[in-house]
Amino acid sequence: MSWLFQLLQAALVLAAAPLLTGFVRVLKARLLGRRGPPLLQPYRDLLRLLRKDPVIADNASWLFRSAPYLGFALIWLGACLVPTFTSRMGLGATADFIALMGILAAARFVTTLAGLDVGTAFGGIGSSRDIMIGALAEPAVLMVIFTISLLTHTTSLPLISEFMQTGAVGLRVSLALALIALVMVAIAENARIPVDNPATHLELTMVHEAMVLEYSGRHLALIDATAMLKLVLYVSLIAAIFVPFGMATGAGSAGAIALGLATWVGKLAAGGALLAVFETSIAKMRVFRVSEFLGGALLLGLLATLYLYVTRAL
Amino acid sequence: MLTAVFTAALALLLLGAGGAVLRQNTLVYGGSAAACAVAFLAALLWLLGGGEPERLVLPVGLPWLPVQLRLDALSAFFLLLVDGLGLLASIYALGYGRHEEEPQRVLPFYPAFLAGMNFALLADDAFSFLVAWEFMSLASWLLVLASHRQPETRRAAYIYLVMAAFGTAALILAFGVLAGPEGGYAFEQMRQRPDAFWPATLIAFLALVGAGSKAGLAPLHVWLPLAHPAAPSHVSALMSGAMTKVALYAIIRILFDLLDSVVWWWGLVFLLVGGGSALLGVLFATVQRDLKTLLASSTIENLGVVIAAVGLAIAFKANGLPLLGAVALVAGLFHALNHAVFKGLLFLGAGAVLVATGTRDLERLGGLIHRMPYTALAFLVGCAAIAAIPPLNGFASEWLLFQSVIEGAVLPQWSLQFAVPVVGALLALSAALALAAFVRAFGIAFLGRPRAAETAAAREVEATMRVPMGLLAALAVLIGLVPGLALRVIGPVIEALFGTAAISAAAGRFLWLAPPGRLDVAYSGFGLFAAGAVLLVLTVAVVKRASRTAPRRSAPWDCGFPDPHPATQYSAAGFAQPIRRVFADSVFRAVERVDMPAPGEQRPARLELRFDDRAWTLIYAPITRAVGTVTERLNVLQFLTIRRNLSLMFGALVLLLAIIAVLR
Repeated sequence: MSWLFQLLQAALVLAAAPLLTGFVRVLKARLLGRRGPPLLQPYRDLLRLLRKDPVIADNASWLFRSAPYLGFALIWLGACLVPTFTSRMGLGATADFIALMGILAAARFVTTLAGLDVGTAFGGIGSSRDIMIGALAEPAVLMVIFTISLLTHTTSLPLISEFMQTGAVGLRVSLALALIALVMVAIAENARIPVDNPATHLELTMVHEAMVLEYSGRHLALIDATAMLKLVLYVSLIAAIFVPFGMATGAGSAGAIALGLATWVGKLAAGGALLAVFETSIAKMRVFRVSEFLGGALLLGLLATLYLYVTRAL
Repeated sequence: MLTAVFTAALALLLLGAGGAVLRQNTLVYGGSAAACAVAFLAALLWLLGGGEPERLVLPVGLPWLPVQLRLDALSAFFLLLVDGLGLLASIYALGYGRHEEEPQRVLPFYPAFLAGMNFALLADDAFSFLVAWEFMSLASWLLVLASHRQPETRRAAYIYLVMAAFGTAALILAFGVLAGPEGGYAFEQMRQRPDAFWPATLIAFLALVGAGSKAGLAPLHVWLPLAHPAAPSHVSALMSGAMTKVALYAIIRILFDLLDSVVWWWGLVFLLVGGGSALLGVLFATVQRDLKTLLASSTIENLGVVIAAVGLAIAFKANGLPLLGAVALVAGLFHALNHAVFKGLLFLGAGAVLVATGTRDLERLGGLIHRMPYTALAFLVGCAAIAAIPPLNGFASEWLLFQSVIEGAVLPQWSLQFAVPVVGALLALSAALALAAFVRAFGIAFLGRPRAAETAAAREVEATMRVPMGLLAALAVLIGLVPGLALRVIGPVIEALFGTAAISAAAGRFLWLAPPGRLDVAYSGFGLFAAGAVLLVLTVAVVKRASRTAPRRSAPWDCGFPDPHPATQYSAAGFAQPIRRVFADSVFRAVERVDMPAPGEQRPARLELRFDDRAWTLIYAPITRAVGTVTERLNVLQFLTIRRNLSLMFGALVLLLAIIAVLR
């Protein structure tokens, strides 16, 4: 049964990814007073890119060609490991929260290297900045993991969800700090405003878009789909830890699964809406301010952990 | 088994002597490879077979202290590391040695270096340990001096010699205190002697300083990024991959075997030293311009990680939590094993780059993935492993270490309660920065376009050099997928030191890593790899079906202005700039000076970048100055009359007797 759920989840995250991105885009356009693209536009964009000829630079190596596939598969794998509608997933025991961060780091390893492969200035600028963001974001997430695992006594994501669902943890200062830190990291990792702008085409302000500038055709389609999938991954992750309510646990009757699915879709929509509101109400920051932003996330995470240690000692 | 290892080590010694006379590349390296293979197999069989420690007393040595050798689980595990890497480095050297300019400066000392490490691991009394240790230090010092015509090499070797002497002095003192007033210099006597609190503390810190300086722990690390890269590359691999492990062996041997108990706050010091070294080392690695110096700096980081794990093990053990202590030490030894694999691989790869292009300067490399495809692939695996990318081996040990850090919440002392999460954050930061450092190393050296003519003309290296790199890369993957293999050889060590079969519960499941008693928290590199492979195949199949056109090749896009000149790529310095600005200003005092000519001026713009290690300015420079001043003041003593000299000696004697009288 758990493997069936796992397959269902793998398919669902894939199907939902362009929809969530489309939803955020529509909402942002409305908030700015524009009509915006249709909700399903991201699907059409992906299909259009898939049909186009990929053009590859003369001196690109095998790494450049395989990176989009590898990056996509890694983020997809990551999205399969986050509990969405049920906590009983086939892969639940193979990887915990720390391993999930390892998989995201692997995806970053592949994409930043691909950015350097052709040897252009834009690829380099994107890779170098993306690496800097990762160097600050990853330890911040690890501090969040420490905090959560001190509260729930486990680093396994399904078990964290189940434990948080019981409400035994209650309201805690550490939990709030960890939530803020994880949201800040999610914004940076998904290349959203104020860290990066997914819609920008002004080169000097780009991070992610500069790194993938050389890609076209199906490779670009994969990279865009990866970005959409990553957004689903992070929204689901935050939901699975901080608001796991409604998620099916145990063997799960059909009703519980349906409830889990419905609440998951609701959480994705709510996350997307919050993101759209947040992005329209804030300006993008300079690249070197990002370190302060993420350094803040790291310190919040550390503070959350320390606070727990101290309150335990008392 | 002990006799086999001993014979192999003796053969290495003879090879060293023979190497001085014969100067035969194939003979020396082939012989070293064979001896290492014998020692490696013997150690492996002993570990797998289990059983009582074997002892051997030789009829040589001091009259009251014959040379005693012993093979137990701890020494067998480290022999595995040293001789395994020694075997592969020797095979590699069969090819690499042919490019050596002055082979007579390497051939005699290389087997001697290996022999020194083997004897240090076998020694069962302080005297033979120290002799072997010095032998190892001096042999490696001579190897560092192999290219003695470069002034920076001579400086590196001088600093190494001073630091090695300092470290050995600290170890001599540590063993002196361990032996006690009755002078029991055999390790067996030390094990039986109970240690009082303050002498034990003194021993622990002398061991940390003495062996830690060899392991490159901050702030005693300054020699390491100078000396390790100066040696020939196969020796660099051994110095970073194996010799630092011998230092680690000394620390573990003294703390967990020779001393009968540990105190919790030693763990605090080890944790802070380890966490600090990890961050400092990796920050150096991210900004380094020389490929081999970068790798040496990252050695400081990895040994820092291991020492932090040792610190956790001390804290757990002192608090009566041997099971958690055992897990922390497993994480540390696992990481040490992994470091030997990937750092050995990376140094061999750097050596291949050096042979092919004649340079180690990242700013002159680039595009080697097209010219050296095998080396590039092996180096890429090494970079991914050291950057803790799952499912490779580096991630497995880091995962176990982080689990151990999380368990640190049960420690009762408040200072540890603060230190453990802070050190956890330092380790997390260094893991993330290691990713940056090695994306930069691989991306600048192997990707992009060649930055110099000799790089553009590079050719793939010969098979004898490629095979060891390939084997090490395969090992990095294999241990990552089947961590049970590593746990199988670490298990006996932990059982011998902690008396618990902590991790064998997890080792029963070869494909899984899990802290004992915590089967809910697990990591399976193999499971992730299998799932990821299925998803990857699915992705490729679907995408290739939906889009059938073959990719077209054309000039790079680069926003419409592709410039063929390689200087328009990102440079190594440019790539590190964001991280340098964020972290390094405070650590290295990095100074960037931009000299931009006014409009109309003809001279080129210049960017000057300078950074230095603050350990030099804050610690070593004052010490050097103080030593200089004191020696100058004391210089007058040389010119005293014999009468005054004798009276000084008499005064010293009286003073010492007075001290003894007071202490008694």
